[in-house]
Amino acid sequence: MATIPVGEQEINDRFGPHLSAMTGTRLSTSVQPDRLVKTHCCFCGQQCGIQLKVLNNEVIGFEPWEEFPFNKGMLCPKGVKRYLQGSHPDRLLTAFHRDPSAAAGFSPMPYQQAIARTASEIARLQAAYGAGAVGVLGGASLTTEKTYLLGKFARVCLKTPFIDYNGRLCMVSAGAGNKKAFGVDRVTSPWADMIGTSVIWVAGSNVAECSPITTNYLWQAREQGAKIIIQDPRITPIARTCDLYLPVRPGRDAALFAGVLQIMIERDWINREFIDAHTSGFDSVAEYCREWTLARTAEVTGVPQRSLMQAAEWWGTASSSFMLHARGIEHHSNGVQNTLGAINLVLASGRIGEPHSGYGTIVGQANGQGGREHGQKCDQLPGWRDISNPEHRAYIAGVWDINEAELPGPGVDAYEMFRKIDTGEIKGLLSICFNPKVSLPDNAFVTRCLEKLEFFVAIDFFLNDTARHADIVLPGSLHEEDEGTATQVEGRIIKVNKAVDCPGEARQDWRIIQDLAAALGRPKGFTFTEPRAIFEELRLASKGGVADYSGVTYEKIEREMGVFWPCYSHDPATGAAIADHPGTPRLFQPGSYNPIAKGAGRFYFPDGRARFNVADYRAPIDDASDEYPIFLTTGRVVSQFLSGTQTRRIGPLVKQYPEPRIELHPRLAEKLGVVDQDWVTAETRRGEITLRASVVTTIRPDTIFIPYHWAGKKSANQLTVAAQDPISKIPQYKVCGCRVRKAEAPPARDARLEAQQ
Amino acid sequence: MKPDHLHFFIDPSRCIGCQACVQACSECDTHRGDSMIHLEYIDRASSIQTVPVVCMHCDQPTCAEVCPADAIKRTADGVVQSARKPRCIACGNCVSACPFGVPEVYEERKIMMKCDMCYDRTSEGRKPMCATVCPSQALFYGTRDEIERLRPQSTPINRFQFGGQAITTRVFVMAPRGLAGLAPHLDVTAAMDEYAPARPLALKMAAAADPFDDVEI
Repeated sequence: MATIPVGEQEINDRFGPHLSAMTGTRLSTSVQPDRLVKTHCCFCGQQCGIQLKVLNNEVIGFEPWEEFPFNKGMLCPKGVKRYLQGSHPDRLLTAFHRDPSAAAGFSPMPYQQAIARTASEIARLQAAYGAGAVGVLGGASLTTEKTYLLGKFARVCLKTPFIDYNGRLCMVSAGAGNKKAFGVDRVTSPWADMIGTSVIWVAGSNVAECSPITTNYLWQAREQGAKIIIQDPRITPIARTCDLYLPVRPGRDAALFAGVLQIMIERDWINREFIDAHTSGFDSVAEYCREWTLARTAEVTGVPQRSLMQAAEWWGTASSSFMLHARGIEHHSNGVQNTLGAINLVLASGRIGEPHSGYGTIVGQANGQGGREHGQKCDQLPGWRDISNPEHRAYIAGVWDINEAELPGPGVDAYEMFRKIDTGEIKGLLSICFNPKVSLPDNAFVTRCLEKLEFFVAIDFFLNDTARHADIVLPGSLHEEDEGTATQVEGRIIKVNKAVDCPGEARQDWRIIQDLAAALGRPKGFTFTEPRAIFEELRLASKGGVADYSGVTYEKIEREMGVFWPCYSHDPATGAAIADHPGTPRLFQPGSYNPIAKGAGRFYFPDGRARFNVADYRAPIDDASDEYPIFLTTGRVVSQFLSGTQTRRIGPLVKQYPEPRIELHPRLAEKLGVVDQDWVTAETRRGEITLRASVVTTIRPDTIFIPYHWAGKKSANQLTVAAQDPISKIPQYKVCGCRVRKAEAPPARDARLEAQQ
Repeated sequence: MKPDHLHFFIDPSRCIGCQACVQACSECDTHRGDSMIHLEYIDRASSIQTVPVVCMHCDQPTCAEVCPADAIKRTADGVVQSARKPRCIACGNCVSACPFGVPEVYEERKIMMKCDMCYDRTSEGRKPMCATVCPSQALFYGTRDEIERLRPQSTPINRFQFGGQAITTRVFVMAPRGLAGLAPHLDVTAAMDEYAPARPLALKMAAAADPFDDVEI
């Protein structure tokens, strides 16, 4: 039974989101901290270094960590205020169980009892319906140790194939594209390499708001002469001063890349020598691009011909370059093709692996990189091994000391798991670090599925919107209450350090998972005593895989302020032990060796060649139409993060941007008879939302934008479409058809509802 | 004492409006909970451009000159301090007079508070909070050599013309190198006049062509 036990507002009243504030010791001028703990921000994929001020087992503030090489003390507002998630009134200090008779719908219960009940429910469901009746949802904000343990727990303890994670909503299109083109999925270069490059193309990334620290790298590159090209339907803060703005119509990125490549081919702005020596598949791509004439590309993409020509010339004739992209081109039912289109431009330029030249996706989540490498993905085993590959299975079964035959096969993506809940195949769910009720598209469907679960257990530090459906909530740990590693945007493995203990009966997440394994009577393989021990096993499990961490130690990470994988304990060519491998800051350098190509070439395929892939343009599913004539696109604001479980509880961040607004162009506003601040209703085939208008000239007139961090009636994902990329299974958050009208009346809201709720 | 060789530089062209500066300012030990700086949109309806507003630390601070209570002091190292508590009468003269729009009266506390360049930090040779965290480095704290090496496209300027009033400041604004070569000061009032004749250094950029002109709805 997983319906919400009482009204949403009754739950809000007890569990929030309420706002934390700078009070008490956090405000006092005379208080000195006991110590400063060097660690990282808990939010985005850049993993900025930060020092937390700790006094009496409480984080009371921060100091910039200027020595950390990536951000050198820089932080965005989320990093500055991250410490206010601690000592929070909403913090879960005990386990809870669903209790409709309680005013807030949940009653506290002793931790061990909650573990026992969870184990018995899982055992009951699996006995009655089979191991696959229970699914696991993980997240990419967890440390790599936790993601590794969670994958192992699902496969070894629960023996279910059904595990997937919220990275499915984030970087899987890039990952799939990278694997198809390069055989490895990681950014090629440290960001510092951008400084000195001659052109940077940013496709579908609102860098200023979603990865703010990257801005300084862009600006610094520009100071040294780089031209900046921005491809986006909105004039984002970095687009404002870029050298070339490509105002692409939402969902047309593959067409844009094909058209630009066609110009490059026509003008011979491609590196044929590199293409011949280091790639395969170019001819079919060239054949495909032939249909993308300048006129047609401009017609489809909405980008003027002169701008397409300028982009092709700058990119085609540059001496060095960076191509960066993010969810703007990836969050599409054509997301992998969009990624491949960008990669085709990179390969055609022949500059990959050269100095000051790089390519990569800007990951969104804290451990967006590390969280997608070690086995919480449905088809994956640690070290980026493939769960369908017999050799890979045998190796990991050996590390885990189980019979290979016991290892389940591939599961399904996170959204498909909900469809399996809907059809009754999955009846029990364990979720951590995932808030699908806010973050998945068409979330009315997600809610219906949650209501069908026979048993749902959530591990969380705050009661997030999805956990409201839980039968049992287990109190997990905040970022600063545990240690471990994460791998940030550049492929740099960093060390997260513990600053304070878990409060009350809250536990470190990995302990909770192990407690469940013990209560299920299958503790073997789940008796780690500290994260370091998990990491040591992970090193071994990753050894010989593409994402090889075998040469990484906690000490090495701290000493070198980050280590780039692959980092080997044994030379992949000779098998000889290496005392202190330097890691691999740059991929694909001329003459570089990798364990797949074995010297045949730079790229991670047996022949060492990168692959051109035909990057087919397909119109979005549920595209703008006569009935729904406007494009809806969604994204972030700088002061909020993902589904807002943390950031909607931090007072100063909520104050910065309290509630979502609908951003629309004055020409559209005029047509609708709307002025700034009016209530506006946007409607798609899934649902509608009424929010205040923000009338600005910085968005395409045929497009509206809604940020997605809020829940309930303020959730943008009431509107988005559950169309998914056929390869990566990423949902199409960045475009669907909608219609917009001036609202008949302000939305009816409970008088107690606060802005962030 | 703030070391002489370290300076504060503002480059609004880099600003991304993230408010990390404002949020970090409120963390400073001496005024925790309140920010002494603010961030302005120039005109959000027509542009995403924002400008961080920190105190410019004038050599002859107008705020101090108009203060009837003599509450605003300038330290020997050139930092104009927040109003002194026993003296400030919260009259707001400084708010009206400051040509840069910096001071604010905090009504609840009955006092004017403004950016003091994180004097607790800068007087010990450390960077101010805002310039340390700024993700775009629109706010930069360092030496003249560093800024010249890091920002070859622009030049620091610290002379401003407001009608008849010429002001020099301790804080520098980065201006495009070509324009700054023509006149090493910013004529602020002239730039506010839409019909002014051609001038050596304008604040306003020529209106760019609307990239969405062709978009049909």
